[in-house]
Amino acid sequence: MKPYLKFGILVVAIVGTLGWLAAGGISETKTYYKEIKEVNAMGKDALDRRIRVGGDVQKDSIVRSGKEVRFILTQNELRLPVVYVGNDPLPDTFRDGSQALADGRLGSDGVFQANRIQAKCASKYEGKPGYKVPPPVQNAPVQNKAAL
Amino acid sequence: MENVGALAIILAFCFSVYAILASVVGKWKANPFLLLSAERAVYCNFLLLTAASGILVYALIAGDFRLAYVAQHSNRSMPTAYKFASWWGGQAGSLLLWAWLLSLYSAIITFQNRRKFRDMMPWTVAILMFVQGFFNLLIAFIASPFDILVQGRGIIDVGDGQGLNPLLQYWTMVIHPPILYLGYVGFTVPFAFAMASLISKQKGEEWIHTTRRWSVVTWFFQSTGILLGAGWAYAVLGWGGYWGWDPVENASLLPWLTSTAFLHSVIMQEKKGMMKIWNMVLVASTFFLCIFGTTLTRTGLVSSVHAFAQSPIGVYFFTFLGLGIAGTIYLILDRLEYLKTETKLESVVSRESTFLFNNLILVASCFSILWGTLFPVISEAVTGEKISVDAPFFNKVNVPIGLSLLFLTGVGPLIAWRRSSVESLKRAFFWPTVGALVLTLVLIFAGIRHFYALMSFALCLFVTWTILGEFYKGSVAIRAKTGQNLLAAAVELTHRNTRRYGGYLVHIGIVIMFIGFTGKAFDKDTTVEVGVGEKFRLGGYEMQVRELVDGDNENYSWRHAKVDVFQNGKLVRTMEPERRGYKASRQPTSEVDIWRRLNEDVYVNFAGSGVGSNKAVIQAYIFPLVSWIWVGFWVLLIGTVVCLIPSKVKLQYARTQVVGVASKQYVEVPK
Repeated sequence: MKPYLKFGILVVAIVGTLGWLAAGGISETKTYYKEIKEVNAMGKDALDRRIRVGGDVQKDSIVRSGKEVRFILTQNELRLPVVYVGNDPLPDTFRDGSQALADGRLGSDGVFQANRIQAKCASKYEGKPGYKVPPPVQNAPVQNKAAL
Repeated sequence: MENVGALAIILAFCFSVYAILASVVGKWKANPFLLLSAERAVYCNFLLLTAASGILVYALIAGDFRLAYVAQHSNRSMPTAYKFASWWGGQAGSLLLWAWLLSLYSAIITFQNRRKFRDMMPWTVAILMFVQGFFNLLIAFIASPFDILVQGRGIIDVGDGQGLNPLLQYWTMVIHPPILYLGYVGFTVPFAFAMASLISKQKGEEWIHTTRRWSVVTWFFQSTGILLGAGWAYAVLGWGGYWGWDPVENASLLPWLTSTAFLHSVIMQEKKGMMKIWNMVLVASTFFLCIFGTTLTRTGLVSSVHAFAQSPIGVYFFTFLGLGIAGTIYLILDRLEYLKTETKLESVVSRESTFLFNNLILVASCFSILWGTLFPVISEAVTGEKISVDAPFFNKVNVPIGLSLLFLTGVGPLIAWRRSSVESLKRAFFWPTVGALVLTLVLIFAGIRHFYALMSFALCLFVTWTILGEFYKGSVAIRAKTGQNLLAAAVELTHRNTRRYGGYLVHIGIVIMFIGFTGKAFDKDTTVEVGVGEKFRLGGYEMQVRELVDGDNENYSWRHAKVDVFQNGKLVRTMEPERRGYKASRQPTSEVDIWRRLNEDVYVNFAGSGVGSNKAVIQAYIFPLVSWIWVGFWVLLIGTVVCLIPSKVKLQYARTQVVGVASKQYVEVPK
C-alpha cells in the first residue's frame, strides 16, 4: 500500500496548491455584473468592488483626449458617465450606439473608472436580416423556411 | 436551388435516423442486409450534405441575396475566398459545416472498417449517426441555412448583403474555423469506437489501436486550430495578445487538454493495461467538451466578445449533452468488469507515476479553466450575483500548471517503468539540472528577476537537454552499429520508433512555445497621440509618424499611417498600420503592422484619429520572443506528422497481448 499512500499525499498536495491558487485568483479578480440601476443603488458598497457594467454608448458622448476616453453609458433613461483609462486600445466595435461593457470601479465623484471596455456591435456576427429592404410595405420582413 | 438544399438536409436527417435503426436492429437480429444498408445510408448522408453545402457555397459566391444567410454573411464586393469562408461565418452555416465534416468522417470510417470489427462496427455507426442526426436535426428544422427573406407573401431580393464580419476577413480566419472543426468533429470517432466497444463488451483494446492514429490526427487539427486562432488574435485584434482567456478561446482549449491527457494515458493502457476506466472517461469528456464548446459559442451562455447571437438552439444542445453524458456514465458503470486494471502501481518514482501526474495536472488545468469560464453561471446560481473572473485568475492557476507540465516533459521519458533507482536518476538528471541552475544564475546576473520567467527558462533548458540527450544516446548506438554519421543515425533512430521520437519532437516544439510564452513577462507598450513629424520613444526605439494617407476601394475606405522606426538614430524600418472602414457593415477595423523577428516583435497599431484632426493615436508595443510560439508550433506539427509515419521496426509490447473479438468472422449470409 505504501506507493499508493505516497501517491495519495502528492495528489492531495498538488490539488491543494492549485485550489489555494484558484481561490486567491478568484478573490483578486472577481468582478460583479451590475446594471446601471444597481450601481446607483449600491451606494458606498460600489466603491470597493470591481464592477462590470453594461449599457449602450450614448450618441455623440464619446470624447477622446490623449489616452483618456470619456463617454456615457445609458440604459432605459439611466445614465452613467465613464472614463476609460486603460492601456489596451478600445475595440473597433466601440462607437456611438454600440453595446459596451465597462470593467472597473466607481470613483467617489460618481464617474466610473473603467480599465477595460468590451463592445459588442449589434450586427457583430448575426446581423439583422433585410436591412437594405426597399421602402417598408406593411409587414416588416421576416425570415421564413424555404417552402418545400 | 434553396429548396433542393433544404430537402437534401431533411433527407440526410432521415438517412441518419435510418442508419441508427438499421444498425441496431441489424445487429440485434443478426441481419447482414440491414447492416449493409445502414452503411450505405452513411454514404448517402454524406452525399446529401455535400450537395447541401455545395448549394450554399454556390449561393454565397453567386450572390443569391434572397437567402437570409447569404444576405447576412456575403456581399458583392468581397473577394471570392471570403465569400467561400462565409460558409462558416454564421450560425446556420457553421452548423452545416459541422454536420458535413462529421458525415465525411463517418463515411471514411465506415468504408475503412467495412470488413473489420463485426461486433463493434454497427454500434460505432449507430453512435456516429446519432451525433449526426442531432446536427442534421438542427440544420433541417431549427437553424436552416436555406431560409429565405420574405415580406408578406413576396420573396425579397435585397440586392446586396451585409458581408462577412470585417474582423474575420483575414487569411487565418478563412482556415481557422474549418481546421478547428476538423479537430472538434474528429473526436466523435474515438468516442464512437470507445462506446461501441463498451456496448459490445469488448475485452481488449481494439478501439484504442484503431483510433490511436485518428486521435493523433484530430489532436493535430485541434492544436493547429487553436494556434491559428491565437495568431489571428495577435495579428488582427490590435491589442497585441494571442490569448485572452475569453470563454470561446477556453472552449477550444478544454477538449485539447483532455485529448492531450488521453494521448498520454493511452500509452499506459497499451503497455501496462492500466487506466482503462480513466481512458473511457477522458475520451468521453473530450467529446462532450467539444460539443460543449460548440454550445458555448452558439448560445451566448457566457457573455463573450466572440459569441454568436443568442439563439434558441441552446436547449437542444443541453438536451443532447444531458442525454449523452447520462448514457455514457451508465455504460461505463455497467461495464466496469471489462475495464479492470491489469497491473498495479509499484513506486512513486516511475514512468507510470509521471503519466499519472501528467494526467492529473492536465485535467486539473481543464477543470480550473472550465470553472473560471462558467463562474458567472455558477455564482449566479449559488449566490444570485453574477460574478466573473478575469485573465489574472486563469494565469495564476495555469502558469504553475504549465511549468509543472514542462518539468514532467523533461522527467517522464527518462524515468524507468515500474521503479527507478536513485543511481539511475542521478545519471539521467545530474547534468541537465546543473545546466538549468547555471542558466538561472546567468539570467539573474543579467538582471532578470521575474520568478516564473526564470523558472520557465531554466526548465526549458532542462527539458531540451534531456530530450536531445535521448536522441544523442540512441543515435550514437546506431552509429556504432551502422557507421552512419550522427544526423543520419538520428533520422534512422526516429524512423525505427516514430511514435516515441515524434513525441519527443512534439515536446521540443512545446518547449520552444514556452520560451515564447515567457517573453510575455517582458512586454513594453505605449500609447501616444502625435501629429505628423512628432517623435516618441519605446524601449530602445524612437518612432516618428511620417505621413497619413487616405484611400478607398469598393470593399472599404482606409487611412494609412507611415511610422518610421529609428534605432540609435538610424532608420531601421517603416511601419504601416492602417484603419479601415468597411462599407457594407459600416464597421471600422485596425490593420496593425508587425515587424516580426526572433528576439522581439515591434507592433504598431493605428488606433484612430480625431475628426478632421491631423493627429494620430498610435499604440506601439514590443513583444519579446513572441515569434518563438509560431516556430515551436511548426516543430510541434512536424513532430505530430512524424508520429503518424509507421515505425520501421514493429515493437512488441512486453505485456501479453489481450486478444479482442475483432478477428471474428463476418456474419454468415443466411441462405
